[in-house]
Amino acid sequence: MTSLDNFRLEVRQWLETNCPESQRQPIIKEEQIWGGRRRIFPSPDARLWFERMRDKGWTAPDWPTEYGGGGLSAAEAKVLEQEMQALGCRPPLYEIGLWMFGPALLEYGSEQQKLEHIPKIVRGEIRWSQGYSEPSAGSDLASLITRAEDMGDHFLVNGSKMWTTQADKADWIFCLVRTDPKVPKQEGISFLLIDMASEGVSTAPIELISGESEFCQTFFEDVRVPKENLVGELNAGWSIAKRLLKHERKLMSIMEMMVEKEDETVVELAKRYVGVDGTGQLRDNALRTQLTRHLMNSQAIEWTSYRLFEQHGQVIKDAGLPLIMKHISTTELQRKDELILAIMGNRGLSLKDAEYSHKEQRLVKNWAYNKAQTIAGGTSEIQLNIIAKRALDLPGH
Amino acid sequence: MTMVLNEEQRFLKETVNGLLQKHQPVTSLRTLRNSDDELGYDPGFWQQLVDMDIPSIVMPASYGGLGFGYSGLGAVMEEMGRTLAVSPLFSTVVLGGSALELAGGTPHRDLLPEIAAGKLTLALAIDEGHHHQPRATATTLTVANEGLILDGNKVFVLDGHSADKLLVVARSAGKPGDEYGLSLVLLPRETAGVNVQRTSLMDGRNAAIVKFNRVELGPEALVGTLHEGWSILLQVIDRGAICIAAEMLGGSLEVFERTMAYIKEREQFGVRIGSFQALQHRSAEMYCQLEQCRTVVLKALSSLDEGCRDISLHASMAKALVNQCYAHISNEAVQMHGGMGLTDELDIGLYLKRARVSMQILGDTSYHQDRYAQLMGY
Repeated sequence: MTSLDNFRLEVRQWLETNCPESQRQPIIKEEQIWGGRRRIFPSPDARLWFERMRDKGWTAPDWPTEYGGGGLSAAEAKVLEQEMQALGCRPPLYEIGLWMFGPALLEYGSEQQKLEHIPKIVRGEIRWSQGYSEPSAGSDLASLITRAEDMGDHFLVNGSKMWTTQADKADWIFCLVRTDPKVPKQEGISFLLIDMASEGVSTAPIELISGESEFCQTFFEDVRVPKENLVGELNAGWSIAKRLLKHERKLMSIMEMMVEKEDETVVELAKRYVGVDGTGQLRDNALRTQLTRHLMNSQAIEWTSYRLFEQHGQVIKDAGLPLIMKHISTTELQRKDELILAIMGNRGLSLKDAEYSHKEQRLVKNWAYNKAQTIAGGTSEIQLNIIAKRALDLPGH
Repeated sequence: MTMVLNEEQRFLKETVNGLLQKHQPVTSLRTLRNSDDELGYDPGFWQQLVDMDIPSIVMPASYGGLGFGYSGLGAVMEEMGRTLAVSPLFSTVVLGGSALELAGGTPHRDLLPEIAAGKLTLALAIDEGHHHQPRATATTLTVANEGLILDGNKVFVLDGHSADKLLVVARSAGKPGDEYGLSLVLLPRETAGVNVQRTSLMDGRNAAIVKFNRVELGPEALVGTLHEGWSILLQVIDRGAICIAAEMLGGSLEVFERTMAYIKEREQFGVRIGSFQALQHRSAEMYCQLEQCRTVVLKALSSLDEGCRDISLHASMAKALVNQCYAHISNEAVQMHGGMGLTDELDIGLYLKRARVSMQILGDTSYHQDRYAQLMGY
């Protein structure tokens, strides 16, 4: 037995002993565990599960132990993930700091910054938001204009950020700010950490087509930010931002895996809403074909992401492979949502009427919410540009 | 489950690639096509494959198999798809050889070494209608006195015009639509009552329409158990669908790469057309589709090697997805080559045509979508 097999056994035993039964049920949105100064646990079991995982550092399994992480190798972290999946364990912590900001800070932050911020992320004490996009800077992110003026002992920040994830609940925000307006746009951007409790910071929720408002617009009016909150060199924020976007794309595929697990498969849903004939075949032949296409595609995507994982550490690599994952998985997710709506027919048309079940409304809400998947984290069009340039080496303009 | 080739399999792939570049480039297909070659393939090339022990790759080790497995054979098929190479490998080894191996029994299994030595070629006569529907088989096999009588018509018999022996799917019991009652028989092509009409297809490969007019056979012609041929046939179809998908993947990759090379070089309006976003996005989408097909083919091949119980599902996924991929990419290749894509001078049209023929082999897209849905229980 290899040491990895041993590790797998240990993990399995530990999870079986320590993951409360209620935390092995399919996750629903209301029961997600989020961190932060104002965190509220959805249930005592959720708190127990979170604290046990936190104490092992397994909220961030592959981060270094000196910053509170679990210190696992990539292979061990994968084993943990697989075992958690096998047992149906819910994620112990939902946190942007874990998925995006942390990995970038570990790479680019000063020792002092890492010691200050990373352990608080692992322990779910601070909730992070992201300040990238602006009203006039979306896909063309580098044209952002929120500025940070050097005032000697501090920066003075003015401007506003769009799509700041749950900024009204966040404690800190990592921002891209303009620190030099005179140079080419990518070269005058810095990466700055801002305490949301600072004077001059305010947020306004943005209501979405799904009826939810997970995002805010965040305003900065003469906000004083200490100099030590600059990550990396002054005017060198763009490379950190690009690195972070990569994590965001990874996040999008994580998010997709974390969506509420349905108690019914699409096949079961289709049988229930569309009906079957005497041989058990769906009554709507066109829908049956659409369902087949979806199932084949999503299986192909799942295997492709496994294939990508298998290539870690291999000599032979398909360099373009990682670039396609965000686009193909988010596109298929939207096809699935469209299929589900088609399957539900006129039962899949309401977001709030009590005539429709909680589940019917949730599926409609997911459909609307998931329209964001092909926009956030780099639109599909940007993804295709990147594939064309980097995987296919097609010429620029 | 692994979707990464091991070192031996990679070496095999490179070796075959080298052989094909040297001895069987696309011009070889043109030569065969233009001369309306009677055999339809180059026997010298087949001998080279035999010399490399390619036919015995998937045979059990006791028959001289090499242990590369289907993942190795798939790699060979993929490379052959790239240069549109024609050989008896698919019909003789993947289809015919598989059936003989699965049926067991001395008279037939003993033929495997002959196949491995390149001394025997086979063709599988399965389709009867305009579409692949193996359960619908109506050709009859009647037990009479001490022998068997075969009667009926077969179409789209790949290599049927040239193979030494024909492996025929016939109905000995039940009615069209039933799985029970199908049987397999093996007979020399040149048997009294067998009429073979060569059909030359647009991709330069050959198939045949074969008519069996009350052909009398001895009991030894039966391959496997009477009425129980379906269990063998099902596995033969799965292996065949997966291997032909591997070949089609190779063709898709090649025609895609050629198209990318073209749009990087071709200039209009003073710029290279590959700089246009309209082409870039379509190209990137094709790349996404190809990588997913590569995954599915690798996965299906490794399922064969591991004896996975979902082989039929994986085979249908591979064939359905690769069918769509090759059709789409060969269409886009013609479009992106513009007027040149319409000329016979460029090879692009050869891939376009090969795609369409291959799409019909052992089940088109609808067939495999329907089969997948049935297996999944909806």
